[in-house]
Formats: sequence, structure tokens, C-alpha cells
Amino acid sequence: MDFWDWFIVVTKVLAVFLLLPVAPLALVLFERWTLGRLQSRIGPNRVGWRGSLQTAADGLKLGIKEDTIPAMADKGIFWFAPVMMVTPALAAWAVVPFGPPVDVGRTFGLWVADLNVGVLFFLAMGSLGVYGVVMSGWASNSKYAHLGALRSSAQIISYELVLGLGVLAVIVYSGSLSLVDIVNAQAGLWFIVPQFIGFLLFLIAAVGETNRAPLDLPEAETELVAGFHVEYSGMRWAFFFMAEYANILLMSAIAATLFLGGWHGWTIPGLEAISGVGWFVLKTGLFVFAFFLFRAALPRFRYDQLMNFCWKILIPIGALNLLAAAALRMAWS
Amino acid sequence: MPDNIETHLAFWYLAAASVAASLLMVSVRNPVHSAISLVVVIFHVAGFFAILGSGFLAVAQIAIYAGAIVVLFLFTLMMLDLRHLPEERVTHRQLWLGIPLALLLAVEAVVIGAGTPEVRESIKGAFPPATVSELGGSAEALAVALFNDYTLPFLGASVMLTAATVGAIVLARRIEEHERADFPRQRAQTSAANGADSAAQAEQAAQAAQESPR
Repeated sequence: MDFWDWFIVVTKVLAVFLLLPVAPLALVLFERWTLGRLQSRIGPNRVGWRGSLQTAADGLKLGIKEDTIPAMADKGIFWFAPVMMVTPALAAWAVVPFGPPVDVGRTFGLWVADLNVGVLFFLAMGSLGVYGVVMSGWASNSKYAHLGALRSSAQIISYELVLGLGVLAVIVYSGSLSLVDIVNAQAGLWFIVPQFIGFLLFLIAAVGETNRAPLDLPEAETELVAGFHVEYSGMRWAFFFMAEYANILLMSAIAATLFLGGWHGWTIPGLEAISGVGWFVLKTGLFVFAFFLFRAALPRFRYDQLMNFCWKILIPIGALNLLAAAALRMAWS
Repeated sequence: MPDNIETHLAFWYLAAASVAASLLMVSVRNPVHSAISLVVVIFHVAGFFAILGSGFLAVAQIAIYAGAIVVLFLFTLMMLDLRHLPEERVTHRQLWLGIPLALLLAVEAVVIGAGTPEVRESIKGAFPPATVSELGGSAEALAVALFNDYTLPFLGASVMLTAATVGAIVLARRIEEHERADFPRQRAQTSAANGADSAAQAEQAAQAAQESPR
């Protein structure tokens, strides 16, 4: 590896790393505007042009706010929980393909790493996110946080299975675990067409995994105040917030990659890379918008409904769908 | 394992960290700290798989052991809330069996590691790196082993695990009122257990009453 190879790798890593603090600021603003319009109110409109600096101001406020630790908390784990929350959400971005390979003197792909087990890496990182929730809930030594963490660990473990079943159905069609290969396999037909059931399962499970409304039982303000992160304040709390939005973005990006063909779309001749990234961003944005619409439109589930829905409806459908996909694939080839 | 300086550094880091985390896991008193140390050990073992070129096993190790099994441990520990364990002896009689076994394992590891080239060749197994890359990767190699060469043992293990799960559910199931007639022995047991429960509850209530002025 010479200087330029190193330069490209470091640039890619830094670009993805810088996405994490910046993306939540934009996403929260976008969400608050969307919710404002959907609920016939104004939304943020004071700081900056039409309130566009509102979230930056909120971030600044969080940064200079007092950071309290409960007296009876387990300090080490309390300190470490937000780190455990953000790290997997960030690490999973390493395998997301942002665009097609580009050729500027030398050829490189617009992704940090094309692992041959990329999809599994994404699932593994997703399954680690629950540690941040469990550790923060336990270390806070608070009943609300404890209940929120208990609910959350059960919910995340359950919806992870649905997520996995949706992803497996795609793998049956692509025949590869690498996300780049999966995108390339969709050059002709996006996987949402043969795997519409898998797509729906993935979408529902993604909402469950990210603890978003209507499946946001771990937080459930009306009964648990704020759930697992009720004792956190200041920058530490901001980490949980960042992780939530990084996860929303990640789930949307993976959904776009697995089901909507990633960077594929009509391209402008000569500008394949730019139009590819444009398509990817557009498709990801579509899913992010769907997350916000769900929050605005749907009431929260009751906890027993949530678990029954997962284990008695989604998982059997997912298993049958996987079986059918495998059978169809066998019959085809 | 590729023979370069990065891999050797990674190996020694992983070895030192996993041994340290394992020691921490068995020596700390708080069960939640112990479970978290176990997660650290699992991560480092996944690192060993990664430098040995088996990406699939590394990721599966994290997804299954760290992502599912230890989370369930933590879930159970949180339900029990074992924050204040009574002081107990750390060493037990198992120590006198454990130390010789550990020494035996250590000697075995040294003999294999420092052994003759023939010994090292004989432990490479059915899937040396060349075969794995020929099959198309670590996931494919594992699939071939599980679903072609060892299908029956694999299915047998699955059936046994399912049977164990069903057994656990049957043992732990609460027996409904209308079913009680069919289980006279268990009825006696459950009523005894309920009695014990209510005694424990009364004790807790008394404790709470004592603590409440604080």
C-alpha cells in the first residue's frame, strides 16, 4: 500500500465517522419539521432560518449542561453504557456500500470494507446495541430505568429474529453474504419485488430494533418517564440520542441496500458515481421519512401485544417466507 | 494465521486481554460485572477467529454468544437483582480438581505449540486455509462441513437442543387450576413452594418496614 491507498482508506473512515455527530442534528430537525406539519403545528422556527439551527443550539446546550451521576449508581457501568450504545451503531457503518466503485486514476469502492460476511456483521453489531440499554438500565439503580431495560432486552432479542429472517430471505436470492454482492445482484430486479414479505418483516423489525414509535415500549414516556436512560443528562444523554438516530439511518441504509437495489438507478453517463450515491441517499431518505411517518401516525402498542405480534405472527410468517424463498430458488435453478 | 508482525501483535494482545478478562470474570463478586467480563472474553475470542481467517466464525461468535446468550444471562441477573450478594468463600473444593486440570491443559497446549512439525501438521484438521479458499470462504466451508459431511450429527444436536428447551418449559410451567387434578404430586409441591414464597415475602416486608424510616 502506498501513500494514496492509505489516504483513501483514512478519508473513507473519517467520512463515515464524522457522519455520526452530524447526521442526528439534521435528522432531528427534519423529524421535528415533519411532525410539526403532520400535526398541524409550526415546529421549530426560531433559531436560524425557519429554525434550521434549532438542533445545533440544542446540541450546544447539552454539551454545557451539568452531567449528573446518581449516588447509588454503578459508576463504571453507568459511564460505559453510552459508549456501548454508540460503538456498534457506528461500527456497522463499515460494511454499508454508499455507491459504485469509482475510477480516478485508481479504482476503489465507496465503502469502508467489503466483508464477505457483511450482512452478518451488520446483524452482529445490531445485536450488541442491546448492551447499552441493559447496562444503562441496570447501572442507574432506578426502577423506571430497570423496567425500561428489561422490556427493551426482551423486545430487541425478539425483533432481532424477525430482522434476521427478513435478511436471510434476501441472502437466499443473492447467494452471497457480502453487501456489495447483494447490491450487484439487484442490477436487473430489486429484491423488494420477489421478497415483498421479507421487506415488510425487515421494516417492522427495524422499527422494533431501534425502539421507535409505535414499538418504543422501552421508553414509553406515559408509564416509564423515559425508560432506560431516565437517569442520564447532558452529553451522556446526547450519546443515547445520537445512537438512536445513527441506528435509524443505519437501518434505512441497509433496507435500501437489501431491498431497493442500493446505488442502482438511472445514471447520467460519465457521472455514475455521483448518481449512484444520489440514488442511495434518496432511497435511504425514503426509509428515514417512513420512520417519522410511523411515529406521527401510529399509537404505541401494549407490551403483551408487542411480544405476541412478534412471536405468534411475525416469526411464523418469516420462517414460512424463508422456506418458500428457498423452495422457489431450488425450483428455479 | 498469516506470519507477519501485525498478526503477531494482534495475537499477543488478544491472548493477554482474554486471559485477563477471564480471570476478572471468575474473580469479581458482582455477577453483572462477571457477565460483562464474559462479553469481553467473547469479543477477544472472536478476534482469534478473525486473525485465523474465519470471518464467519468471528461474526457468529459475536452475534450468538455476545448478542444473544450473555444478553439472556444479564436479563436473568437483572430480574433477580443480585446486587448485594452475601459474603461467601471464594474457593471451594473444586479447586483441587481444577488446578490439576488447568495444568494438564497448559502442558497440552505447550506440547502442541512447541511440538514437532509432524504434530503441528496433524492438528491442522480437514479445512486448512487452501481448502477454505477453494470452497469460496469460511461460511461456505462451514456449510459444507455441517450440511454435507456431518448432516446427521448436526440434526441430532438440533433435536437434542429442542428437546432440552421443551423439557425446560415443561418443568418451569405454572400448572393451571383446572389441570391440578391430573398432577397430585405437583399440587403438593406448588402449595409448599407458595408457602415458602409467602414466608419470604413476609420477611421482605418486615425488612422494608425496618428500613423505611431512612
